[in-house]
Amino acid sequence: MAAATTLAPTLALKAIRKNFGVTEVIKGIDLTVGDGEFVVFVGPSGCGKSTLLRIIAGLEDATSGDIEIGGKTVNTTPPAKRGIAMVFQSYALYPHLTVKNNMALGLKQAKTPAPEIEARVAKASGMLSLDDYLDRRPAQLSGGQRQRVAIGRAIVREPTLFLFDEPLSNLDAALRVNTRLEIARLHRELKATMIYVTHDQVEAMTLADRIVVMNAGRIEQVGTPMELYNAPANLFVAGFIGSPQMNFVAADKLGMTGATTIGMRPEHLTISKDAGRWKASLVHVEHLGADTNLYFDTEAGPVTARAFGEVREAPGTELWLSADDRHIYRFDADGRAVAA
Amino acid sequence: MAGRSTQSPFRSIAAHAILLTYTVIALFPVFVVVVNSFKNRKGIFGDPLALPIGALWAPEGYAKVWLRGDFQLYFQNSLIVTVAALVLVLLFGAMAAFALSEYRFKGNTLMGLYLALGIMIPIRLGTVAILQIMVASGIVNTLWALILVYTAQGLPLSIFILSEFMRTVSDDLKNAGRIDGLSEYTIFFRLVLPLVRPALATVAVFTMIPIWNDLWFPLILAPAEGTKTVTLGAQMFLGQFQSEWDAVLAALTLAILPVLVLYLIFSRQLIRGITSGAVK
Ligand SMILES: Nc1ncnc2c1ncn2[C@@H]1O[C@H](COP(=O)(O)OP(=O)(O)OP(=O)(O)O)[C@@H](O)[C@H]1O
Ligand SMILES: [Mg+2]
Repeated sequence: MAAATTLAPTLALKAIRKNFGVTEVIKGIDLTVGDGEFVVFVGPSGCGKSTLLRIIAGLEDATSGDIEIGGKTVNTTPPAKRGIAMVFQSYALYPHLTVKNNMALGLKQAKTPAPEIEARVAKASGMLSLDDYLDRRPAQLSGGQRQRVAIGRAIVREPTLFLFDEPLSNLDAALRVNTRLEIARLHRELKATMIYVTHDQVEAMTLADRIVVMNAGRIEQVGTPMELYNAPANLFVAGFIGSPQMNFVAADKLGMTGATTIGMRPEHLTISKDAGRWKASLVHVEHLGADTNLYFDTEAGPVTARAFGEVREAPGTELWLSADDRHIYRFDADGRAVAA
Repeated sequence: MAGRSTQSPFRSIAAHAILLTYTVIALFPVFVVVVNSFKNRKGIFGDPLALPIGALWAPEGYAKVWLRGDFQLYFQNSLIVTVAALVLVLLFGAMAAFALSEYRFKGNTLMGLYLALGIMIPIRLGTVAILQIMVASGIVNTLWALILVYTAQGLPLSIFILSEFMRTVSDDLKNAGRIDGLSEYTIFFRLVLPLVRPALATVAVFTMIPIWNDLWFPLILAPAEGTKTVTLGAQMFLGQFQSEWDAVLAALTLAILPVLVLYLIFSRQLIRGITSGAVK
């Protein structure tokens, strides 16, 4: 995003805080999002992702801090005038309107000329293959179709910034993949700036230009998916990104110094029958087809490993585990990553 | 439907028997009123449960109602008062409920409790004060006096029920409307109200029937000839020494009809609302 630095960022959040009564839910967030960027917010449930998104949309007022969209401060601008569009988890289509009118309503409210509305709705419905459903009501559509209408409703507004709040979590697995690809395609075709909230690691890793990892109202780390995977800034991010979760063991149990906790990703552990760094006894095996998850007990505690292909070992077997030095993560007593 | 086919016939018969018994008990007074309205005094007291056929058939009560007093006007008054109060109760009740359930402001909970308090305190306790207010504002013996009192009487329950229902309306839907630039009024009237239609119908039924049947406030606030309601009008057939029961019962039978029509309209909405929610 080198070009974006010269222009005003599409979105800038400056020291955003939000209290609900006495509980502080957002504890000071600074973030800039450049033009055309796809930014994904991830974090555990209740960490404030939706609240932050609603603050950006103007559905909720920040207790303090500034929000700039397209270079303008929008702290007191109503949602409809912020140049944003939002797609909700529950679709939130207007039940009494047809698909076409669902998409057109916002433009009508903004007094867009009728031919322009027609053209934009036609374009969006073409992009999302909704042409056959334009005269139906939401109740007559499947979940996937409803979510496409909701996305269409966002597209026709031609917003500066798209906001998605877990748009795929009500869909079944196959549909989720399709719609994910669809969103990626839209992002390419529209060259739009998007902010996307999700629980799903795969969505985050596959869609994002940058991922924002949040925890308890704070940003833990911002970076490209591979930056977060390869160089997590702290224990939280290391544990949150990657599946199965990174193994954490106390450094002294492994006889290592210069760190308090050692992290190893399951996929970076190699398994051998005869030799290795650590002895481990196999407790349980999960066959996923393409890979196998192996759960071990070691002197340092339970450890998970992930091997490609099929591993034919029975629980109870004693095996050896090892990991390359470059794949060993070190964390200090405060949980911060430290160099080897 | 699956549930019904797996139900044993015995249970189904038992359920129907219980419901039928209940229906008979509930409808018995209505049945007695309607049947006896077609009989004369002798027929009514001679054999109260007999059907009005043969010698017993004597619909003179209806003639009396038609000739004496101005029953068309009474009906009109009752309808105006009931419908106007109903509209106000539903409108203001829904608006207050929306504000209470949708907006966070200081004293929200307290305000909700205060507004619901009226459910537990009978408005009739305040009759004297109400009468004084009405006299002072010069609207005694107008339909407005009744409409205002009934609106006040119906609001607490209306606010209570509707605010519970409005909490169930999806926040996302309202927020989608806000992002599309709908005003709060449009969100309320076009998005939220249609979704709480079953609740509106319930409130309408609970509000309407006590108003239509009320004798107390018409007697106190609007007893003039021009503002009498049906229930008050029917009282003129009840004397201290002699009552014209045939006319009273005929008036009451006629009085059932308009509420019945209103009830059917609302219950239709109620059922439509329930099934539309279930089928989605
Ligand atoms: N209207 C509200 N009043 C009080 N507290 C609220 C309100 N809305 C959210 N919260 C609290 O704020 C915190 C953050 O909520 P938020 O919905 O932003 O979480 P989230 O990260 O989106 O979680 P999830 O992943 O489950 O959607 C939660 O602890 C929640 O209880
Ligand atoms: Mg959320």
